[in-house]
Amino acid sequence: MSILVNKDSRIVVQGITGSEGQFHAEQMLDYGTNIVAGVTPGKGGIKTLDDRVPVFNSVEEAVEQTGANTSIIFVPPPFAAEAVIEASFAGIKVVVCITEGVPVHDMLKVKKVVDQNGTRLVGPNCPGIITVDECKLGIMPGFICKKGNIGVISKSGTLTYEAIDQLVNVGLGQTTAIGIGGDPIIGTTMKDCIELFEADPETKGIVVIGEIGGQMEIEAARWAKDNVSKPMVGFIAGQTAPPGRRMGHAGAIVSGGDDTAEAKMRILGECGIAVAESVADIGNLMKAAMEKS
Amino acid sequence: MKIHEYQGKKLFADFGMPVQDGYVFEKLEDAESTIKKVQADFNTEDVVVKAQIHAGGRGKGGGVKYSPNFDKALENAKNILGMNLKTHQTGEGGQLVRKVYVTEAYDIAEEYYAAITLDRSKGMDVFMVSSEGGVEIEKVAAETPEKIAKVWIDPLLGMKSFQARKLAYALGLKGDAFKAAMKILMQMYHAYQSIDATIVEVNPLILTTDGRVIVLDAKVNLDDNALFRHKDIAAMRDLNEEDPNEVEAGKFNLNYIKLDGNVGCMVNGAGLAMATMDIIKLAGGEPANFLDVGGTASAETVKNGFRIILSDENVKAVLINIFGGIVRCDRVANGVVQAVTELGLKVQVVVRLEGTNAKEAQEILAKSGVDIIPAVGMKDAAQKVVNAALGN
Repeated sequence: MSILVNKDSRIVVQGITGSEGQFHAEQMLDYGTNIVAGVTPGKGGIKTLDDRVPVFNSVEEAVEQTGANTSIIFVPPPFAAEAVIEASFAGIKVVVCITEGVPVHDMLKVKKVVDQNGTRLVGPNCPGIITVDECKLGIMPGFICKKGNIGVISKSGTLTYEAIDQLVNVGLGQTTAIGIGGDPIIGTTMKDCIELFEADPETKGIVVIGEIGGQMEIEAARWAKDNVSKPMVGFIAGQTAPPGRRMGHAGAIVSGGDDTAEAKMRILGECGIAVAESVADIGNLMKAAMEKS
Repeated sequence: MKIHEYQGKKLFADFGMPVQDGYVFEKLEDAESTIKKVQADFNTEDVVVKAQIHAGGRGKGGGVKYSPNFDKALENAKNILGMNLKTHQTGEGGQLVRKVYVTEAYDIAEEYYAAITLDRSKGMDVFMVSSEGGVEIEKVAAETPEKIAKVWIDPLLGMKSFQARKLAYALGLKGDAFKAAMKILMQMYHAYQSIDATIVEVNPLILTTDGRVIVLDAKVNLDDNALFRHKDIAAMRDLNEEDPNEVEAGKFNLNYIKLDGNVGCMVNGAGLAMATMDIIKLAGGEPANFLDVGGTASAETVKNGFRIILSDENVKAVLINIFGGIVRCDRVANGVVQAVTELGLKVQVVVRLEGTNAKEAQEILAKSGVDIIPAVGMKDAAQKVVNAALGN
């Protein structure tokens, strides 16, 4: 078990003939990911990546001819929102949007559409999902992961890698690691992922990594307080971030009230999550929490 | 991206909103003619002289002056152009006023507040109005929240008339003024949508003594990610209002924000960059900057990153913290060697490289003979760079 994706997921890569799509599709194939199709409008009929992946003109065609049920999107920002909507209307169940820089007004509409169609969207502006040794649906370095029983949820890419690395160093492997993205509007929230990990019998502990801006960590923690039986460790980046400045991610900005690192850390703690004050403590805290449980 | 009041009003006017308007001057010798032109074109004796900077609180800081006649207007204009305007949003340093907006003046009966922004939790835009305009809305929200009315707008439907009606009623308006306000609120939403704004705020929206509803101020922030489809608005960017180092960094796709400390840092990824700043603080130091080199850190990016970090004279030591995913550590290491050799660094540099090709990277650094301090793990790296900054 794992969440969202596994070795049976049938992947279609949207934007597979672009440079990002080519590079990462190859990396995913090398990891063993079951890529069954690619989509680039106008390039349907060819095969790409050493003839390993057939390319279609639309997601609909890819679904009809290959039974694709999961998509990953590498198309440029002006077209990314529409690519998600196309996948959703083609009946794709899980869509990961890697693209960085999708306009927020586009995402507001996309979010409504995927919710109405029952599509699970992860991202945009995220590193994707990896179910260890089964499916890498994203851009993270697969080799740093080790199979195990910790679920990892993070708003940030490299900070996810840092957490995974620390977990491996203390002898803890992962079931699935998921980067949900740092934009103001994203498809799958921290709470959604916690809910999935709680329901996954193979996952025994959960790491959540958040940052300044928004209320997502707080909503997740409050939900977890009453609904999660598994040990949880949390970290919030941005304790030293000045208010009013956007720290890289479009969503990482302290605009007052409960969205500071301090407030989030306090509330996570109150909800029973072991909070790492230093980023270097994530692995050790999870280890201690697992030994206690 | 932020724009000036006069630019925001121009955008609003394009959507039919009635704005208090005028002309802008940037040179002292143009002050006289600008004031006279406003007086003539808007058929008015009295005018308002308004400093144009990208920060709120201009009035309180002395950057907005009502001027009953030409002489007073000229005096105010001369005082405001070139002043260092300090407001609660500029910080202690203040902001130099390079542009002055001279506008028509209105006799105000009532002042209201109107704003649209994103409600992240609800995944919808929220339109807020208050009968308490002209003051800090944060204060109204804290002390008399019942005086703020809100509607949430379905992104697929857009704002509906009943929602605009609710807001206009909340302002206590009647008759023609009610109808005018409703129309303005709808236009304001269309502007917000059409220009891909992240915030539009009118504070105050006024009712004049002769019953007209007029936009007296405009705060407009735009979604940087959507500027590709608004070339005309992108051209409104005023680089004078931004930190020169941040502008310089942007040219190389680096995301840099200057802070007040003395430990510089260069990191890949925004989350890890923030976490690095935090752990520097925990180790007893103060971060001098946020710098995300992004997903494609090359030798060139690293070199430019160094240059920008070191342009801050407070920096006493630098930490490079890279977790290679797509970014290959060996390339970063080559960049470090090249930068240190070419720039001849006078501060100590601590390097922590993990992930893709980290071993090769360590060999490159070891063989190069450049004087850097290697670190393993974030805690070690933070401690070493703080020690270096303190001169230990």
